[in-house]
Amino acid sequence: MSAVVTGIGVTSPNGLGTEAYWAATCRGESGIGEVRRFDASRYPARLAGEVPGFVPEEHVPSRLLPQTDHMTRLALTAADWALADAGFAPGDVPAYAAGVVTASSAGGFEFGQRELRNLWSKGGRYVSAYQSFAWFYAVNTGQTSIRHGLKGPSGVVVSDGAGGLDAIAQARRQLRNGSRLILSGGVDGSICPWGWVAQMAGGGLSTGADPATAYLPFDARAAGYVPGEGGAILVVEEAESARARGARHVYGEIAGYAATFDPQQGTGREPGLRRAIELALKDAGAAPDEVDVVFADAAGIPELDGVEAGAIRAVFGPGGVPVTAPKTMTGRLYAGAGSLDVAAALLAIRDGRIPPTVNVVPEPAYGLDLVVGGPREAAVRTALVVARGHGGFNSALVVRAAA
Amino acid sequence: MPDRQITLDDLRRILVEGAGTPEGVDLGGDIIDVEFAALGYDSIAILETAARITQEYKIPLDDDAAATARTPREFLALVNDG
Repeated sequence: MSAVVTGIGVTSPNGLGTEAYWAATCRGESGIGEVRRFDASRYPARLAGEVPGFVPEEHVPSRLLPQTDHMTRLALTAADWALADAGFAPGDVPAYAAGVVTASSAGGFEFGQRELRNLWSKGGRYVSAYQSFAWFYAVNTGQTSIRHGLKGPSGVVVSDGAGGLDAIAQARRQLRNGSRLILSGGVDGSICPWGWVAQMAGGGLSTGADPATAYLPFDARAAGYVPGEGGAILVVEEAESARARGARHVYGEIAGYAATFDPQQGTGREPGLRRAIELALKDAGAAPDEVDVVFADAAGIPELDGVEAGAIRAVFGPGGVPVTAPKTMTGRLYAGAGSLDVAAALLAIRDGRIPPTVNVVPEPAYGLDLVVGGPREAAVRTALVVARGHGGFNSALVVRAAA
Repeated sequence: MPDRQITLDDLRRILVEGAGTPEGVDLGGDIIDVEFAALGYDSIAILETAARITQEYKIPLDDDAAATARTPREFLALVNDG
Protein backbone atom coordinates (compact mmCIF):
# COMPACT_ATOMS: atom_id res chain seq x y z
CA MET A 1 0.00 0.00 0.00
CA SER A 2 1.31 3.39 -0.94
CA ALA A 3 -0.42 6.71 -0.18
CA VAL A 4 0.13 9.30 -2.88
CA VAL A 5 -0.95 12.92 -3.26
CA THR A 6 -2.83 13.52 -6.51
CA GLY A 7 -4.41 16.92 -5.89
CA ILE A 8 -3.54 20.13 -4.03
CA GLY A 9 -5.74 23.10 -3.09
CA VAL A 10 -4.20 26.12 -1.36
CA THR A 11 -5.61 29.23 0.30
CA SER A 12 -2.64 31.09 1.73
CA PRO A 13 -1.92 34.61 2.96
CA ASN A 14 0.60 35.02 0.15
CA GLY A 15 -1.51 33.47 -2.58
CA LEU A 16 -5.05 32.33 -3.31
CA GLY A 17 -4.70 29.11 -5.29
CA THR A 18 -1.85 26.64 -5.49
CA GLU A 19 0.13 28.24 -8.31
CA ALA A 20 -0.33 31.80 -6.98
CA TYR A 21 0.92 30.60 -3.60
CA TRP A 22 3.87 28.73 -5.04
CA ALA A 23 4.98 31.53 -7.33
CA ALA A 24 4.81 34.08 -4.50
CA THR A 25 6.59 31.71 -2.14
CA CYS A 26 9.47 31.09 -4.52
CA ARG A 27 9.77 34.85 -5.09
CA GLY A 28 9.89 35.42 -1.35
CA GLU A 29 6.68 37.47 -1.23
CA SER A 30 5.14 37.76 2.19
CA GLY A 31 1.43 38.00 2.94
CA ILE A 32 1.93 39.35 6.46
CA GLY A 33 0.44 42.75 7.19
CA GLU A 34 -1.78 44.67 9.58
CA VAL A 35 -4.91 42.82 10.66
CA ARG A 36 -7.84 43.74 8.39
CA ARG A 37 -10.56 41.36 9.60
CA PHE A 38 -11.13 43.43 12.73
CA ASP A 39 -9.73 46.57 14.34
CA ALA A 40 -6.65 45.31 16.14
CA SER A 41 -5.10 48.75 16.63
CA ARG A 42 -5.52 48.65 20.40
CA TYR A 43 -4.23 45.10 20.84
CA PRO A 44 -0.59 44.32 21.66
CA ALA A 45 -0.31 42.12 18.55
CA ARG A 46 -1.45 43.76 15.34
CA LEU A 47 -0.04 41.73 12.43
CA ALA A 48 -1.44 38.66 10.73
CA GLY A 49 -1.25 36.68 7.53
CA GLU A 50 -4.67 37.06 5.90
CA VAL A 51 -5.73 35.43 2.64
CA PRO A 52 -5.96 38.19 0.02
CA GLY A 53 -8.76 38.75 -2.46
CA PHE A 54 -11.08 36.05 -1.17
CA VAL A 55 -14.69 36.88 -2.10
CA PRO A 56 -16.83 34.15 -0.52
CA GLU A 57 -19.71 34.56 -3.00
CA GLU A 58 -17.35 33.67 -5.83
CA HIS A 59 -16.36 30.35 -4.30
CA VAL A 60 -19.06 29.11 -1.93
CA PRO A 61 -22.71 28.32 -2.83
CA SER A 62 -25.33 30.70 -1.41
CA ARG A 63 -26.91 27.97 0.73
CA LEU A 64 -23.60 27.48 2.57
CA LEU A 65 -22.84 31.15 3.25
CA PRO A 66 -25.17 31.64 6.26
CA GLN A 67 -23.88 28.46 7.87
CA THR A 68 -20.10 28.79 7.49
CA ASP A 69 -17.28 30.51 9.31
CA HIS A 70 -14.65 32.28 7.22
CA MET A 71 -12.15 29.45 7.69
CA THR A 72 -14.72 26.88 6.53
CA ARG A 73 -15.30 28.89 3.35
CA LEU A 74 -11.55 28.88 2.75
CA ALA A 75 -11.48 25.12 3.41
CA LEU A 76 -14.38 24.39 1.05
CA THR A 77 -12.61 26.40 -1.64
CA ALA A 78 -9.31 24.59 -1.12
CA ALA A 79 -11.15 21.24 -1.20
CA ASP A 80 -12.89 22.12 -4.47
CA TRP A 81 -9.56 23.03 -6.02
CA ALA A 82 -7.81 19.93 -4.71
CA LEU A 83 -10.44 17.62 -6.19
CA ALA A 84 -10.40 19.51 -9.49
CA ASP A 85 -6.61 19.32 -9.57
CA ALA A 86 -6.86 15.57 -9.02
CA GLY A 87 -9.34 15.30 -11.89
CA PHE A 88 -11.68 13.55 -9.48
CA ALA A 89 -15.31 13.18 -10.41
CA PRO A 90 -18.04 11.78 -8.15
CA GLY A 91 -18.35 8.10 -8.88
CA ASP A 92 -14.67 7.61 -9.68
CA VAL A 93 -14.51 5.57 -6.49
CA PRO A 94 -17.41 4.18 -4.42
CA ALA A 95 -18.82 6.87 -2.07
CA TYR A 96 -18.00 4.81 1.01
CA ALA A 97 -14.38 4.34 -0.10
CA ALA A 98 -13.72 8.09 -0.08
CA GLY A 99 -13.61 10.15 3.12
CA VAL A 100 -12.44 13.41 4.62
CA VAL A 101 -9.97 13.89 7.48
CA THR A 102 -9.03 17.44 8.37
CA ALA A 103 -7.29 19.18 11.25
CA SER A 104 -8.54 22.13 13.24
CA SER A 105 -7.15 24.09 16.18
CA ALA A 106 -10.17 26.13 17.25
CA GLY A 107 -13.14 25.54 14.96
CA GLY A 108 -15.18 28.47 13.63
CA PHE A 109 -14.20 31.09 16.19
CA GLU A 110 -15.38 34.19 14.33
CA PHE A 111 -18.83 32.66 13.72
CA GLY A 112 -18.95 31.53 17.34
CA GLN A 113 -18.03 34.97 18.64
CA ARG A 114 -20.88 36.57 16.69
CA GLU A 115 -23.42 34.06 17.97
CA LEU A 116 -22.22 34.29 21.57
CA ARG A 117 -22.63 38.05 21.29
CA ASN A 118 -26.18 37.49 20.06
CA LEU A 119 -26.83 35.14 22.97
CA TRP A 120 -25.65 37.52 25.67
CA SER A 121 -26.91 40.78 24.19
CA LYS A 122 -30.28 39.66 22.75
CA GLY A 123 -31.10 36.18 23.98
CA GLY A 124 -31.07 32.56 22.92
CA ARG A 125 -33.69 32.97 20.21
CA TYR A 126 -31.28 35.23 18.33
CA VAL A 127 -28.54 32.61 18.07
CA SER A 128 -28.27 31.17 14.57
CA ALA A 129 -29.47 27.58 14.26
CA TYR A 130 -26.23 27.02 12.36
CA GLN A 131 -24.17 27.73 15.47
CA SER A 132 -25.04 24.11 16.33
CA PHE A 133 -22.20 23.04 14.04
CA ALA A 134 -20.56 26.08 12.43
CA TRP A 135 -18.19 26.58 15.38
CA PHE A 136 -17.27 22.92 15.65
CA TYR A 137 -13.78 21.48 15.08
CA ALA A 138 -15.09 18.86 12.65
CA VAL A 139 -17.12 21.34 10.58
CA ASN A 140 -14.68 21.53 7.66
CA THR A 141 -14.68 17.75 7.40
CA GLY A 142 -18.48 17.58 7.56
CA GLN A 143 -19.19 20.35 5.08
CA THR A 144 -16.64 18.98 2.61
CA SER A 145 -17.97 15.45 2.97
CA ILE A 146 -21.55 16.58 2.31
CA ARG A 147 -20.62 18.87 -0.58
CA HIS A 148 -18.74 16.17 -2.49
CA GLY A 149 -20.61 13.06 -1.38
CA LEU A 150 -17.54 11.55 0.29
CA LYS A 151 -19.17 9.14 2.73
CA GLY A 152 -16.20 7.00 3.75
CA PRO A 153 -14.21 7.11 7.00
CA SER A 154 -13.95 10.71 8.12
CA GLY A 155 -12.91 12.68 11.17
CA VAL A 156 -11.03 15.61 12.60
CA VAL A 157 -7.67 15.78 14.35
CA VAL A 158 -7.21 18.43 17.01
CA SER A 159 -3.53 18.76 17.94
CA ASP A 160 -2.96 22.47 17.43
CA GLY A 161 -0.17 23.21 14.96
CA ALA A 162 0.79 19.55 14.53
CA GLY A 163 -2.69 18.75 13.21
CA GLY A 164 -1.98 19.46 9.55
CA LEU A 165 0.46 16.55 9.50
CA ASP A 166 -1.51 14.33 11.86
CA ALA A 167 -4.55 14.54 9.58
CA ILE A 168 -2.54 13.40 6.57
CA ALA A 169 -1.19 10.51 8.63
CA GLN A 170 -4.74 9.57 9.59
CA ALA A 171 -5.65 9.67 5.90
CA ARG A 172 -2.86 7.18 5.22
CA ARG A 173 -4.19 4.93 8.00
CA GLN A 174 -7.63 4.97 6.43
CA LEU A 175 -6.15 3.99 3.07
CA ARG A 176 -4.41 1.09 4.81
CA ASN A 177 -7.79 0.13 6.26
CA GLY A 178 -9.22 -0.14 2.77
CA SER A 179 -10.36 3.34 1.77
CA ARG A 180 -9.24 4.49 -1.66
CA LEU A 181 -9.26 8.27 -1.39
CA ILE A 182 -9.14 10.63 1.58
CA LEU A 183 -9.36 14.39 1.27
CA SER A 184 -7.04 15.64 3.98
CA GLY A 185 -5.01 18.48 5.45
CA GLY A 186 -5.99 21.60 7.32
CA VAL A 187 -7.34 25.07 6.66
CA ASP A 188 -7.54 27.09 9.83
CA GLY A 189 -7.83 30.61 11.17
CA SER A 190 -9.41 32.57 13.98
CA ILE A 191 -8.49 36.17 13.28
CA CYS A 192 -11.25 37.80 15.33
CA PRO A 193 -11.16 39.46 18.76
CA TRP A 194 -12.11 36.30 20.63
CA GLY A 195 -9.57 34.18 18.75
CA TRP A 196 -6.98 36.90 19.10
CA VAL A 197 -7.09 37.11 22.90
CA ALA A 198 -7.05 33.31 23.10
CA GLN A 199 -3.89 33.27 21.02
CA MET A 200 -2.38 36.09 23.09
CA ALA A 201 -2.93 34.00 26.19
CA GLY A 202 -0.62 31.38 24.67
CA GLY A 203 2.19 33.88 25.14
CA GLY A 204 3.85 33.39 21.76
CA LEU A 205 2.38 36.16 19.63
CA SER A 206 4.80 38.73 18.27
CA THR A 207 4.07 42.32 19.25
CA GLY A 208 6.26 43.63 16.46
CA ALA A 209 4.70 46.28 14.25
CA ASP A 210 6.93 45.79 11.20
CA PRO A 211 5.94 42.86 8.93
CA ALA A 212 9.59 42.49 7.93
CA THR A 213 10.84 41.82 11.46
CA ALA A 214 7.86 40.56 13.47
CA TYR A 215 8.41 36.83 12.85
CA LEU A 216 12.05 35.78 12.68
CA PRO A 217 12.54 32.08 13.47
CA PHE A 218 16.16 30.92 13.94
CA ASP A 219 17.25 34.56 14.13
CA ALA A 220 18.88 36.10 17.21
CA ARG A 221 16.08 38.72 17.15
CA ALA A 222 13.27 36.11 17.34
CA ALA A 223 10.50 37.35 19.66
CA GLY A 224 7.36 35.44 18.81
CA TYR A 225 5.30 34.57 15.78
CA VAL A 226 2.65 36.17 13.60
CA PRO A 227 -0.56 34.12 13.26
CA GLY A 228 -2.23 33.55 9.95
CA GLU A 229 -5.20 31.92 8.25
CA GLY A 230 -5.51 29.40 5.44
CA GLY A 231 -3.75 26.17 4.65
CA ALA A 232 -3.91 23.34 2.15
CA ILE A 233 -6.23 20.45 1.34
CA LEU A 234 -4.69 17.43 -0.34
CA VAL A 235 -6.19 14.50 -2.21
CA VAL A 236 -4.47 11.46 -0.72
CA GLU A 237 -5.08 8.25 -2.65
CA GLU A 238 -4.05 4.65 -2.61
CA ALA A 239 -1.51 4.52 -5.44
CA GLU A 240 -3.01 1.61 -7.36
CA SER A 241 -6.49 3.10 -7.12
CA ALA A 242 -5.21 6.47 -8.34
CA ARG A 243 -3.61 4.78 -11.34
CA ALA A 244 -6.74 2.76 -12.07
CA ARG A 245 -8.96 5.84 -12.23
CA GLY A 246 -6.43 7.67 -14.36
CA ALA A 247 -5.25 10.34 -11.92
CA ARG A 248 -3.83 13.30 -13.85
CA HIS A 249 -0.64 13.49 -11.83
CA VAL A 250 1.08 12.17 -8.73
CA TYR A 251 2.90 14.84 -6.72
CA GLY A 252 4.58 12.35 -4.43
CA GLU A 253 4.18 9.74 -1.78
CA ILE A 254 3.41 10.10 1.93
CA ALA A 255 6.39 7.92 2.77
CA GLY A 256 6.77 8.20 6.53
CA TYR A 257 5.30 9.74 9.63
CA ALA A 258 5.65 9.77 13.39
CA ALA A 259 4.24 11.77 16.29
CA THR A 260 5.60 12.14 19.81
CA PHE A 261 4.58 14.06 22.89
CA ASP A 262 6.91 16.16 25.00
CA PRO A 263 7.69 15.06 28.55
CA GLN A 264 6.26 17.09 31.38
CA GLN A 265 8.08 20.39 31.76
CA GLY A 266 10.68 20.53 34.50
CA THR A 267 11.61 16.87 34.32
CA GLY A 268 14.77 17.68 32.39
CA ARG A 269 13.98 14.97 29.85
CA GLU A 270 14.67 15.63 26.19
CA PRO A 271 11.76 17.10 24.16
CA GLY A 272 10.13 14.62 21.77
CA LEU A 273 10.93 16.29 18.45
CA ARG A 274 14.20 14.46 17.66
CA ARG A 275 12.50 11.14 18.23
CA ALA A 276 9.58 12.13 16.00
CA ILE A 277 11.98 12.96 13.17
CA GLU A 278 13.96 9.72 13.61
CA LEU A 279 10.82 7.60 13.77
CA ALA A 280 9.35 9.26 10.67
CA LEU A 281 12.56 8.62 8.72
CA LYS A 282 12.55 5.02 9.93
CA ASP A 283 8.93 4.65 8.88
CA ALA A 284 9.88 5.95 5.43
CA GLY A 285 12.91 3.66 5.24
CA ALA A 286 15.00 6.76 4.59
CA ALA A 287 18.46 7.47 5.96
CA PRO A 288 19.13 11.07 7.07
CA ASP A 289 21.47 11.64 4.12
CA GLU A 290 18.63 10.85 1.72
CA VAL A 291 16.66 13.88 2.91
CA ASP A 292 17.06 16.83 0.52
CA VAL A 293 15.27 19.50 2.54
CA VAL A 294 13.58 20.07 5.90
CA PHE A 295 10.49 22.31 6.16
CA ALA A 296 10.87 23.51 9.74
CA ASP A 297 8.16 24.19 12.29
CA ALA A 298 9.96 27.51 12.91
CA ALA A 299 8.22 28.64 16.10
CA GLY A 300 9.94 32.03 16.24
CA ILE A 301 10.29 31.62 19.99
CA PRO A 302 13.97 31.30 21.03
CA GLU A 303 13.54 28.31 23.32
CA LEU A 304 11.48 26.37 20.76
CA ASP A 305 13.79 27.36 17.89
CA GLY A 306 16.65 26.00 19.96
CA VAL A 307 14.88 22.69 20.52
CA GLU A 308 14.10 22.32 16.81
CA ALA A 309 17.59 23.31 15.67
CA GLY A 310 19.03 20.86 18.19
CA ALA A 311 16.86 18.03 16.90
CA ILE A 312 17.76 18.75 13.27
CA ARG A 313 21.48 18.92 14.14
CA ALA A 314 21.27 15.70 16.12
CA VAL A 315 19.73 13.81 13.19
CA PHE A 316 21.47 15.41 10.20
CA GLY A 317 24.63 16.94 11.69
CA PRO A 318 25.47 20.65 11.80
CA GLY A 319 24.55 22.25 8.46
CA GLY A 320 23.85 18.76 7.18
CA VAL A 321 20.63 19.47 5.31
CA PRO A 322 18.97 22.53 3.76
CA VAL A 323 16.29 23.89 6.09
CA THR A 324 13.57 26.32 5.12
CA ALA A 325 10.52 28.01 6.64
CA PRO A 326 8.24 29.48 3.97
CA LYS A 327 5.80 30.19 6.77
CA THR A 328 7.89 33.33 7.36
CA MET A 329 5.74 34.59 4.44
CA THR A 330 2.37 33.47 5.78
CA GLY A 331 2.61 33.50 9.55
CA ARG A 332 1.80 30.39 11.52
CA LEU A 333 -1.45 28.87 10.27
CA TYR A 334 -2.06 26.55 13.24
CA ALA A 335 -3.70 23.38 11.86
CA GLY A 336 -3.20 24.73 8.34
CA ALA A 337 0.57 25.00 8.66
CA GLY A 338 1.63 21.37 8.33
CA SER A 339 -0.42 20.60 5.26
CA LEU A 340 0.62 23.84 3.53
CA ASP A 341 4.25 22.88 4.13
CA VAL A 342 3.55 19.41 2.71
CA ALA A 343 2.11 21.11 -0.38
CA ALA A 344 5.26 23.26 -0.61
CA ALA A 345 7.47 20.18 -0.21
CA LEU A 346 5.63 18.38 -3.03
CA LEU A 347 5.94 21.44 -5.28
CA ALA A 348 9.65 21.65 -4.40
CA ILE A 349 9.96 18.04 -5.60
CA ARG A 350 8.05 18.89 -8.79
CA ASP A 351 10.09 21.98 -9.68
CA GLY A 352 13.49 21.19 -8.15
CA ARG A 353 13.34 24.41 -6.18
CA ILE A 354 13.50 25.00 -2.42
CA PRO A 355 11.54 28.12 -1.41
CA PRO A 356 13.32 30.60 0.82
CA THR A 357 12.96 31.68 4.42
CA VAL A 358 12.45 35.44 4.29
CA ASN A 359 13.64 38.28 6.54
CA VAL A 360 15.73 35.98 8.73
CA VAL A 361 19.42 36.43 9.49
CA PRO A 362 20.36 32.92 10.65
CA GLU A 363 21.75 32.71 14.18
CA PRO A 364 25.03 30.81 13.67
CA ALA A 365 24.76 28.99 17.00
CA TYR A 366 21.79 27.01 15.66
CA GLY A 367 24.04 25.33 13.10
CA LEU A 368 21.41 25.22 10.37
CA ASP A 369 21.86 25.55 6.61
CA LEU A 370 18.88 27.89 6.35
CA VAL A 371 17.76 28.71 2.79
CA VAL A 372 17.76 32.51 2.80
CA GLY A 373 18.19 35.26 0.22
CA GLY A 374 16.12 33.53 -2.48
CA PRO A 375 15.04 30.08 -3.60
CA ARG A 376 17.64 27.38 -4.00
CA GLU A 377 17.66 25.22 -7.12
CA ALA A 378 18.18 21.61 -6.04
CA ALA A 379 16.98 18.18 -7.05
CA VAL A 380 14.51 17.31 -4.32
CA ARG A 381 13.45 13.70 -4.04
CA THR A 382 12.79 13.37 -0.31
CA ALA A 383 11.56 16.10 2.04
CA LEU A 384 10.88 16.15 5.76
CA VAL A 385 8.13 18.36 7.18
CA VAL A 386 8.07 19.20 10.90
CA ALA A 387 5.14 20.64 12.82
CA ARG A 388 4.51 21.22 16.49
CA GLY A 389 1.47 22.12 18.54
CA HIS A 390 1.01 23.99 21.80
CA GLY A 391 1.21 21.72 24.80
CA GLY A 392 3.77 19.23 23.52
CA PHE A 393 2.65 17.87 20.14
CA ASN A 394 5.49 16.93 17.75
CA SER A 395 4.90 15.51 14.29
CA ALA A 396 7.21 14.72 11.41
CA LEU A 397 6.21 13.59 7.94
CA VAL A 398 8.33 12.44 5.01
CA VAL A 399 7.24 12.97 1.41
CA ARG A 400 9.06 11.35 -1.47
CA ALA A 401 8.96 11.67 -5.24
CA ALA A 402 6.66 9.09 -6.79
CA ALA A 403 8.44 5.92 -7.83
CA MET B 1 -51.81 38.35 17.59
CA PRO B 2 -49.46 39.51 14.82
CA ASP B 3 -50.32 42.66 12.94
CA ARG B 4 -50.69 40.88 9.65
CA GLN B 5 -50.47 37.53 7.92
CA ILE B 6 -47.08 36.28 6.80
CA THR B 7 -47.14 35.81 3.03
CA LEU B 8 -45.30 33.42 0.75
CA ASP B 9 -43.12 36.34 -0.36
CA ASP B 10 -42.22 37.06 3.27
CA LEU B 11 -41.27 33.40 3.66
CA ARG B 12 -39.18 33.47 0.49
CA ARG B 13 -37.25 36.49 1.75
CA ILE B 14 -36.65 35.04 5.20
CA LEU B 15 -35.54 31.67 3.81
CA VAL B 16 -32.98 33.40 1.61
CA GLU B 17 -31.77 35.72 4.38
CA GLY B 18 -31.40 32.92 6.87
CA ALA B 19 -30.39 29.96 4.77
CA GLY B 20 -29.29 31.23 1.38
CA THR B 21 -30.52 30.51 -2.14
CA PRO B 22 -30.46 26.89 -3.31
CA GLU B 23 -28.89 26.11 -6.66
CA GLY B 24 -31.10 24.91 -9.50
CA VAL B 25 -34.40 25.92 -7.88
CA ASP B 26 -36.71 28.77 -8.90
CA LEU B 27 -37.84 30.10 -5.53
CA GLY B 28 -39.96 32.71 -7.32
CA GLY B 29 -42.02 30.01 -8.99
CA ASP B 30 -45.07 28.15 -7.75
CA ILE B 31 -43.52 26.61 -4.66
CA ILE B 32 -46.41 26.75 -2.19
CA ASP B 33 -46.83 22.96 -2.20
CA VAL B 34 -43.23 21.95 -2.97
CA GLU B 35 -41.53 20.18 -0.10
CA PHE B 36 -38.71 22.13 1.55
CA ALA B 37 -36.36 19.20 0.94
CA ALA B 38 -37.01 19.46 -2.79
CA LEU B 39 -36.34 23.19 -2.59
CA GLY B 40 -32.93 22.47 -1.07
CA TYR B 41 -33.78 23.43 2.51
CA ASP B 42 -33.08 20.97 5.31
CA SER B 43 -34.51 20.87 8.83
CA ILE B 44 -31.92 23.30 10.21
CA ALA B 45 -32.84 25.82 7.52
CA ILE B 46 -36.47 25.57 8.71
CA LEU B 47 -35.43 26.00 12.35
CA GLU B 48 -33.44 29.09 11.40
CA THR B 49 -36.40 30.44 9.44
CA ALA B 50 -38.74 29.86 12.38
CA ALA B 51 -36.35 31.70 14.71
CA ARG B 52 -36.16 34.65 12.33
CA ILE B 53 -39.93 34.86 12.04
CA THR B 54 -40.19 34.90 15.81
CA GLN B 55 -37.65 37.73 15.99
CA GLU B 56 -39.06 39.82 13.19
CA TYR B 57 -42.82 39.40 13.66
CA LYS B 58 -42.91 38.54 17.37
CA ILE B 59 -44.79 35.35 16.57
CA PRO B 60 -43.88 32.63 19.03
CA LEU B 61 -43.19 29.46 17.07
CA ASP B 62 -42.38 26.12 18.61
CA ASP B 63 -39.23 24.53 17.12
CA ASP B 64 -40.69 21.03 17.19
CA ALA B 65 -43.90 22.16 15.49
CA ALA B 66 -41.96 24.14 12.88
CA ALA B 67 -39.91 21.07 12.07
CA THR B 68 -43.08 19.17 11.13
CA ALA B 69 -43.97 21.60 8.33
CA ARG B 70 -42.98 19.96 5.06
CA THR B 71 -44.06 22.65 2.58
CA PRO B 72 -44.41 26.46 2.51
CA ARG B 73 -48.21 26.03 2.74
CA GLU B 74 -47.92 23.94 5.91
CA PHE B 75 -45.35 26.33 7.37
CA LEU B 76 -47.47 29.43 6.69
CA ALA B 77 -50.51 27.74 8.18
CA LEU B 78 -48.54 27.08 11.34
CA VAL B 79 -47.34 30.69 11.51
CA ASN B 80 -50.61 32.40 10.63
CA ASP B 81 -53.17 30.08 12.19
CA GLY B 82 -51.18 28.80 15.15
